[in-house]
Amino acid sequence: MRANAGAAALCFSLLAALAIPACAAETVPPRSGYEFMGRETRAIQDDDAANPGTLWVLDGEALWNRKTGPSGRACSDCHGDARASMKGVAARYPSFDKARGRPVNLEQRINSCRTEQQQAKPLAYESKDLLALTAYLGRQSRGLPIGIADDASTRPFLEAGRKAFNRRQGQLNLSCADCHDRHWGRRLAGNPIPQAHPTGYPIYRLEWQGVGSLQRRLRNCLTGIRAQTLNYGDPELVDLELFLMWRARGMKIETPAVRP
Amino acid sequence: MARAIINLPASAKRGEIIEIKALAAHEMETGFRRTQYGAVIPRDIITSFVCTYNGVEIFSADFHPAIAANPYLAFSTIATESGTIACKWTGDNGYSLTESVAISVA
Amino acid sequence: MKTDRKRRTARREFLLAAGGIAAGIALDSAAAPPPARAAASLASAEATQRAMEKITRGKPVNKGKVRLELPELVDNGNAVPLAVRVESPMTPTDYVKAIHVFTQKNPLPEVASFRLGPRAGRASVATRIRLADTQTVTAICELSDGSFWSGSADVVVTIAACLEEL
Repeated sequence: MRANAGAAALCFSLLAALAIPACAAETVPPRSGYEFMGRETRAIQDDDAANPGTLWVLDGEALWNRKTGPSGRACSDCHGDARASMKGVAARYPSFDKARGRPVNLEQRINSCRTEQQQAKPLAYESKDLLALTAYLGRQSRGLPIGIADDASTRPFLEAGRKAFNRRQGQLNLSCADCHDRHWGRRLAGNPIPQAHPTGYPIYRLEWQGVGSLQRRLRNCLTGIRAQTLNYGDPELVDLELFLMWRARGMKIETPAVRP
Repeated sequence: MARAIINLPASAKRGEIIEIKALAAHEMETGFRRTQYGAVIPRDIITSFVCTYNGVEIFSADFHPAIAANPYLAFSTIATESGTIACKWTGDNGYSLTESVAISVA
Repeated sequence: MKTDRKRRTARREFLLAAGGIAAGIALDSAAAPPPARAAASLASAEATQRAMEKITRGKPVNKGKVRLELPELVDNGNAVPLAVRVESPMTPTDYVKAIHVFTQKNPLPEVASFRLGPRAGRASVATRIRLADTQTVTAICELSDGSFWSGSADVVVTIAACLEEL
């Protein structure tokens, strides 16, 4: 009797061990999408002279210094040299905006500066100029760790983002977590599934043959699982951005990253 | 706005082989893609690249639609003398762009 | 002893840590645009052969001297890094005149032609190409003595997973 119970207990614990799914990305050392790319694609990201994202960063630098709007002010007139003033900024966005009572992403922050301080028109989402500015600002945080505030003001939005990340949706009834927490490292249509850490946005995506934002990538995913996609700037997308950046806390910014 | 980047050493020893990297901003529309309504998007590519060293051609390339967007080239030349290395890209629809970099050779 | 090399571009500063640059633009007057082409099906092996013969004009093509560096499995067919290296002393009497790259299964067989010369120092060119399908990429080089040499590499191409709506 005792031997049987012992054997049963052993079997049970073995089965339990085998049944443990791939650890959630939050509990194992997080890995950047960089690690899931081929050696040759990584080499493109590593060399500023070969990385097409550099073209957008240089455009962003030109825009930073260009006077705009009836104010006749350039970003640099208030913020000076971005290499100093913007260092670390992209690494802590999305960030809580007191006036709006909710977090805003970098694109929204740039546009509020434009409308409120420069009296200029906001830049359209995914426009070349807005991507250039976010690429330029992101570049000023390259190598710095992501750090999103987790406090009373951001917590409700982090929770909303977490719920969105874990919610099954669309015709394929998949959640972000299904692929990116439970099946990262495995392959989807021949391509490795990364852990989905937004360390390098805006990225130069080979599929797009150009630079694009995190929201563009999220909209792609929603379309991919045959869910209703969200409009650019939708609060639910910003909540998801906030959660994803929090989930990637401590990882180094790679902007402008190259991804397949 | 940034249209092209040339990268090479600021200085080199005479006789040294240096690497030149040239990256141009261009969509390189192949002419094989269609809009969602089925209309063909016309071809619009860079077709030619020429690099000169103090006015003498040292390298050139012909591009076809199979060259990726934002075309990149890396090639080499022997540092012979101080002066200017110039790169010229030309293509469809009158596209033309020239960039130059100075090099000092001791 | 390592010489300190500051690589620079059109305006002397490139690495953004030191302060970036905005490269200049020079635009010539517009020329007439080429006619729009119909989307073609993937080119045939005959089309590739014909394209190669336009270069070699019936001369024999020897296998060797030419090495292609390509990923065996590409991340995305839109931008595949390619390097072609040819064994050659690159002296004024023995050098690589040109390198021509071809594919078998793209809509067009020609990819690019590169013209070198003894001033290159090394017969080595790198670029990024588009590949429409799993296939063989071939490079034919022409030497200063008029001979042709070729090398090829097989590449597996899979498409990216999620299609997008803009």
